[in-house]
Amino acid sequence: MNCAESGVLLHALIDGELDAGHNCEVEAHVSACSACAEKLASFRAMREAMAGAALKEFAPAHLRARVEASLTHPASRVVSARSFFKPSRRSFFGGFAVGSALSAALAASLVLTVIRGDQVQAVADEVVSAHIRSLQAGHLMDVATSDQHTVKPWFNGRVDVAPPVIDLTAESFTLLGGRLDYIDSEPVAAIVYQRRKHVINLFVAQHLGARHGRAVAESIQGYNVRHWSQDGLDFWAVSDLAGDELDEFVQKIARAMPRSSSEPYPGRRAL
Amino acid sequence: MANDAVAEQERMRRFRDAALPHLDEVYTLARYLMRNTDDAEDAVQECYLRALRHFDSYRGPAIKPWLLTILRNVCNAEFARRGRAEVPTDYVQGESVVEEIPMWQEPQASAEKVVLRQQDSATIRRLVAELPEPFREVIVLREMNDLSYKEIAEVAGVPVGTVMSRLARARSMLRSTYVAESATARPGTAAARGVAL
Repeated sequence: MNCAESGVLLHALIDGELDAGHNCEVEAHVSACSACAEKLASFRAMREAMAGAALKEFAPAHLRARVEASLTHPASRVVSARSFFKPSRRSFFGGFAVGSALSAALAASLVLTVIRGDQVQAVADEVVSAHIRSLQAGHLMDVATSDQHTVKPWFNGRVDVAPPVIDLTAESFTLLGGRLDYIDSEPVAAIVYQRRKHVINLFVAQHLGARHGRAVAESIQGYNVRHWSQDGLDFWAVSDLAGDELDEFVQKIARAMPRSSSEPYPGRRAL
Repeated sequence: MANDAVAEQERMRRFRDAALPHLDEVYTLARYLMRNTDDAEDAVQECYLRALRHFDSYRGPAIKPWLLTILRNVCNAEFARRGRAEVPTDYVQGESVVEEIPMWQEPQASAEKVVLRQQDSATIRRLVAELPEPFREVIVLREMNDLSYKEIAEVAGVPVGTVMSRLARARSMLRSTYVAESATARPGTAAARGVAL
């Protein structure tokens, strides 16, 4: 055994990972080589120091509570694998003090989500995840313009529908632009609006599990979600905007849709 | 429907019983990989949610390495999403004592004679936190999570031989900084430099 081999194997010796044969070989080398013996001694000393230094971390109580809670209520398993954690959401909302509102809404969503079908649930989770993902720096828009006539053609060839892009600037919902997103592995059009500091993502595709007729309201992970189907398209609006303001947005979009064949959105009272 | 709900509750209970005892271990690795508490907590939360989702496919004998593997994937996915922008560790207090660490620095004979002081936890944590990946990971999995080489190999997705060479290198780097630390932290020096040791 040479020093190079011993340099690696003496760690296995320290860790008790060597079989008897190698153990003997390393020990024989170390006893004959003062350099390696010195190394072994100093690594052993270091390990002892580390063992005595209490390096393990202990999960803080609030984290333990959070994890336990998420493993107790099935309905709170709303985080999708594709956008699990949102460090930039924290910074994005820094100063907006949404914490308590968020947890209150989360509690409400526990009740709401239990009674829903799995498929809609899956889409809802993905839509919220996509919304959160979009808030991360640089993810919000592929085409950034308040010009609806630029946004709409941008989707040509990118998604298999022609999503209505409606300018609601006059209604104080500013059109920010559009983005290609993926829900359930299918490309969907995401049209981005903003009211004050609140971003609204409007996802449009053909089959997103929305039911025809009145918009369904819910709250997931503190985000308000509305979904409805109109003119053969499914719409999902997601935002941290207050529920009634999001309803207003949905109404305006639904009413402004070009030549709606019926009145799909009966108004906020029906929500 | 009622049966499904009962089965799901039972599944969750089994998962909690198996996985929650390892929360501190998972958090420890998360803390060293993510390098700050907020990100570590988010990663742990996501790890447990993912693990619960995939609990049915879990067959392994030991759940700890399985959980740590998931956690590692969670962290790496997050790093990938951030474009590998390393987050500065919040273990570092004040100025960084350790400058550029040569990848393999054999200590000088004289330095070798420096008796390794019993460093306090904060210093050692900082030295570990300053190790570059993948050496930080291997040290944490070995020294803090107490995994065997084989388990580390599974978690890190590399052969056992790679684990051994990484560990040897990681400990050499750590020892160099350790020795440097001991040499500079002679009486009075630490206070003079304002380093919280």
